Amino acid sequence: MKAAVLVFPGSNREGDVAQAIELVTGRRPTMVWHGDGDFEKTDLIVVPGGFSYGDYLRCGAMAAQSPVMAEVKRRAAMGVPVLGICNGFQIVAEAGLLPGVLMRNAGLKFVCADIHLKVETSQSLFTNRYQAGQVIKVPVAHAEGNYFADAETLKRLEDRGQVAFRYCAPDGTVDGPLGMEANPNGSINNIAGIFNETKTVMGLMPHPENATEPMFGGTDGKGLFEGLVEALS
Amino acid sequence: MSKSTATAGVEKNPPVKLPNEPAITPQIVAEHGLAPDEYQRVLNIMGRTPTMVELGIFSAMWSEHCSYKSSKVWLKKLPTSAPWVIQGPGENAGVIDIGDGQAAIFKMESHNHPSYIEPYQGAATGVGGILRDVFTMGARPVANLNALRFGDPSHPKTRHLVSGVVAGIGGYGNCMGIPTVGGETNFHAAYNGNILVNAMTVGVAPTDRIFYAAAAGIGNPLVYVGSKTGRDGIHGATMASTEFSEDSEEKRPTVQVGDPFVEKLLLEACLELMATDAIVAIQDMGAAGLTSSSFEMAAKGGLGVIVELDKVPMRETGMNPYELMLSESQERMLIVLKPGREELARRIFEKWELDFAVIGHLTDTERMVLSWHGDIVGNIPIPPLVTEAPMYERPWTLTPLPPALDAAEVPAPKDYKASLLALMGCPDLASKAWIWHQYDHLIMGNTAIRPQDGDAALVRVPQSTKASSHKGLAMTSDCTPRYVQAHPETGGRQAVAEAWRNITATGARPLAVTDNMNFGNPQKPEIMGQFAGAIMGMAEACKALDFPVVSGNVSLYNETEGRPILPTPTIGAVGVIDDIAKAVSSRLTKAGLALVLLGETRGWLGQSLYLRELCGREEGAPPPVDLAVERRNGDFVRGEILGGRVAACHDLSDGGLLVGLAEMCLAGGTGVTMKLPADAGPPHGYLYGEDQGRYLVATDDGGTLLAAAAAAGVPATLLGYAGGQALVVEGLLALPLAELRAAHEAWLPTYMNSAA
Repeated sequence: MKAAVLVFPGSNREGDVAQAIELVTGRRPTMVWHGDGDFEKTDLIVVPGGFSYGDYLRCGAMAAQSPVMAEVKRRAAMGVPVLGICNGFQIVAEAGLLPGVLMRNAGLKFVCADIHLKVETSQSLFTNRYQAGQVIKVPVAHAEGNYFADAETLKRLEDRGQVAFRYCAPDGTVDGPLGMEANPNGSINNIAGIFNETKTVMGLMPHPENATEPMFGGTDGKGLFEGLVEALS
Repeated sequence: MSKSTATAGVEKNPPVKLPNEPAITPQIVAEHGLAPDEYQRVLNIMGRTPTMVELGIFSAMWSEHCSYKSSKVWLKKLPTSAPWVIQGPGENAGVIDIGDGQAAIFKMESHNHPSYIEPYQGAATGVGGILRDVFTMGARPVANLNALRFGDPSHPKTRHLVSGVVAGIGGYGNCMGIPTVGGETNFHAAYNGNILVNAMTVGVAPTDRIFYAAAAGIGNPLVYVGSKTGRDGIHGATMASTEFSEDSEEKRPTVQVGDPFVEKLLLEACLELMATDAIVAIQDMGAAGLTSSSFEMAAKGGLGVIVELDKVPMRETGMNPYELMLSESQERMLIVLKPGREELARRIFEKWELDFAVIGHLTDTERMVLSWHGDIVGNIPIPPLVTEAPMYERPWTLTPLPPALDAAEVPAPKDYKASLLALMGCPDLASKAWIWHQYDHLIMGNTAIRPQDGDAALVRVPQSTKASSHKGLAMTSDCTPRYVQAHPETGGRQAVAEAWRNITATGARPLAVTDNMNFGNPQKPEIMGQFAGAIMGMAEACKALDFPVVSGNVSLYNETEGRPILPTPTIGAVGVIDDIAKAVSSRLTKAGLALVLLGETRGWLGQSLYLRELCGREEGAPPPVDLAVERRNGDFVRGEILGGRVAACHDLSDGGLLVGLAEMCLAGGTGVTMKLPADAGPPHGYLYGEDQGRYLVATDDGGTLLAAAAAAGVPATLLGYAGGQALVVEGLLALPLAELRAAHEAWLPTYMNSAA
């Protein structure tokens, strides 16, 4: 699997995701500078976490307007898989590749903690290594991860199985509103990650790339990258 | 400006006076914090009345903050060398060799005064400043830590200060993408008017790519990069060198405003430039901004410098030379480039959308010449400003050692369960998760021991992938101010010993120290005596433990209305473990493990948290620190860890044995049942005494560990075994972990969420 990782001014988790990709593929992904309108053909495009453009104006809003994102949109339209993590999810959403918005955390504070996610489906490029209903432990680290969409969009997402991950209690419970410990940002329907309609674009707030080694946060996030390798190699 | 004028070794013409420049009066001199005799030195050096900008430069360079004029004679007593020390104090940060061609570069620095006045920006720019100190030297920062001291929780300002400081530290570090992995937070009424915000950064660089501040090469260009200069933080260094009074809020304009996004760009741009061979010297603009950075670079290189101030990128119009030289605008660097490398450097900084300007060049005059649109507005000889700088051997009175307190003189708790719950929930010992969950402690993917899981944080060293094993850096920050207050020598010794012990408890080899000396007004003999005593104790401990001081910072005048803080010599420390897989945390995760107490327990309750929190008394002598015993016990523990015979380890400090045990249980989610030894003496002394040099170790094979300890001459006691979901001391206490956890975790969030 050949992957490209975008780098914007203020990106800061590009190294983490590059490390995770290298761990499962044995090769370093291509790092693509935001000013480059064109870059080599890859099997996967990753929009990493960070504070692109300082999160000024609105998280992800400025990065979404950069030349490289125009190219990402073109390739996404042709079916090239795109993974947006954290700030990358915000950018991809701002660019219109995914519906909804990410608002300020309900607790109004930055939260860095291990949380539990329930995998909603194994039927995607991104989640084929997991079982539907499986609970995984990965960290979050953000101040604006409170997913929101209007009722109609939300219904469409739910009806078409476009919810990829949901925040849950350690035992997998997602019924009803969860406390802040389980749902760290107040996202509607406990949504932590979503797909586009074709399930070729996924955005999520948690950081699977920081859960790929036993000594450094466990390995529950590794399956996402292994699944991509299996699907795209 | 003609070059001949500027390069002349002596001053031909006095500088031009600027329009509206006020005459220098005794009042203006006093406002610049210069004592009359100090101003006389200025006149002697200059041979004439200085201009305003020159006066401002003297004021900043001779401030306590920049000159260390009260502390220097004492700091010289600290050991600073060891075979693994590459650079000791005097540069932007200390540098130690960690093997495989890699160096750890680190320093701790205070931002106390600004953080009290404007907590968010004060703390944020404290983090920004210490990060720059480390990446200026060529290191990519790999971890941040911080040591915070706040006033009494019931003081009306405390909640606001905690909230602002924590948000500021997180806001800056999170955006920079550097994990904040450890630290400490205490509360005491002595900090009501002067909180302490000490920030530490650890970075890693190749040993052959370390950058220094000493300028070289006459004619080489002096380059300004980063943010534009504004009017913020003018005279911050002078502000940080005086006591506070009720009107300190008026000093808010002296606090700088940080922009972590720009600093992130600056970090990447500097590291990109450092990968080329373009740099001769580099220095960040911290306290006293352009003044101290240009001055230090020229002075260290034995050269002169011309600064064309009108070429400095400015944030607003109408700025004058005085403001430009003294602004403490953040995220700026000064670089001396090799000739002809300006375009290469310019391209890198423009790519990162940062300002870049050639603002002068080096000369052989040993003078700092400032020009403004062609006129010379300042001309100061550099060497005398350093050699003639005021240096004080201030009178000092040592604090006498208070009499020791016998455990028998301290009442035992009526209810052990209630006493443990009270201690675990008291402000100093309560969980600080509310704080560190606001810090990204996982970014970079190298955090092996997280906050609250061990005595020290442990971070994998990046780019050491060639071997099958990875090195780890252990890092910690420690000080027990109540011990230092009671007896500064013991307290100084203890702070160093505890830092050494915390590194040891992970299995890492302690290597070196950065010290952040926070004290009151040095012009009071008893405060100067606290400083002197703490240094004596620290020096002794650093020598005995081969733990040299490689960098540091002094913050004096931490007093409000004449009330000083507790003397707080914060020790930041770094150690290395060659194979990170061998490290242990303090998490007790497995039933059946034997709990062994290493070290001698005499039940020392003087200055203990038990005494303070449960008896309301702050008295007695602090626990003595026997450095030979520290070393023996620590070396033994480290050997056992590296030999794979230890499952978890925790050093014993605040709160003593029972608190240490409770912390291990909570961190790993496993209970313990222990029995008091027959010769324990009064149980509250045994369980809550704060005797030093002790470790609590969990092991699969208690018998082997006891035998090894006996052979090494280390006192060892088998206390009991892990298992279940309760902490049990037979005959005294049976406490479900859930109840313990609730008490431990509730205090801080409850406090922060309650109305002021």
